[in-house]
Amino acid sequence: MERALRPRLMQEFRGKALSWELSNGVIEVALHREPCNEIGAQSLDELEHLAVALPALEQNAHALIFHSKLNCGFSAGGDLRELYRGMQSMERQAALAGIRDFHQRIHHVMNALDASPLTTIAAVHGIVFGGGLELALVCDLIMADKTARFCFPELRLGLIPGFGGIPRLKRDLGNGVVRDLILTGRSFNPTKAQQVGLVSQVVAEGEALRVARGTAAQLGKFNRATAAAAKRFTKPIPYDELRQEIEIVCELYASPAVEAALKKFVESTDAQPYLP
Amino acid sequence: MPTSEQTLDEILNLAATQFKVPREKLSPDDDFFKTLRIDSLQALSLLTRLEQHFNVELPDYELQGVSDFRTLADRIQARL
Repeated sequence: MERALRPRLMQEFRGKALSWELSNGVIEVALHREPCNEIGAQSLDELEHLAVALPALEQNAHALIFHSKLNCGFSAGGDLRELYRGMQSMERQAALAGIRDFHQRIHHVMNALDASPLTTIAAVHGIVFGGGLELALVCDLIMADKTARFCFPELRLGLIPGFGGIPRLKRDLGNGVVRDLILTGRSFNPTKAQQVGLVSQVVAEGEALRVARGTAAQLGKFNRATAAAAKRFTKPIPYDELRQEIEIVCELYASPAVEAALKKFVESTDAQPYLP
Repeated sequence: MPTSEQTLDEILNLAATQFKVPREKLSPDDDFFKTLRIDSLQALSLLTRLEQHFNVELPDYELQGVSDFRTLADRIQARL
């Protein structure tokens, strides 16, 4: 029974937060958790499922594309409402232990995606904030349509990005740009994001996935082992800094100011709740 | 460089087009969240459109508390 199910499970998955399908050597991972692909426990479970399935999928694939099926955008990042509710429902030490566990697990997934020999593409539009931007940063290429908006708003909550954001930004961008994004919390439009090297291609509204598919088809003509070697050579994974990030984030979560900021965000009815 | 009134007029035209609202229904002192019936995420989409049209960068924090077209035009005008 299990043997009969295994090929279908590996080739195709339909979850509550994401789905994937392998076709013509390309794994397309669609994010579809309302309201804007916030990354919480369900998303993490399904991302872990993808990470487990990845080695088998890689045998028959040369590229992977992340995209969103939701109009709001690629992802608004970590699920702050779920996080806040979780913190309220348990003792402080248990909540902090849960936060550490969540971050360790998502780092494991992000590192697996980062290390994959596949060429990975994030086809993004609309909101690409916080953890959503960190997921895009794991990918080798980011293709953005003209509606995309990139932001690390974590400092507004008294935090830093916790899913590998700063180490991967530092790997890919100049440090001045990293500080601009992190310390001001301002958002970049796709043109600016391309100018600083964050985005590979900017395309018309609604065209990011189509262009990503075209690029993935082109990559299929290349020797897979050579492409994987080129990726390893150009994209070292900053494991030490990533581990350091988890420690810093967990220390910050211990501050009462973070809980207060989360409460303010969750309870806000302002038109611009993402601003402090 | 366009005048403040020209900038304001262009913003009203862009907003009307993007959110499919009759231009004549938009006034400079309108609360654009209410008039356009948009949320903060859609406001970001308008911000992107405005930045691209005027070739400026508008940090989010400069727009904190800004909800009327006239003040929005002032913020853009200051960067032209």
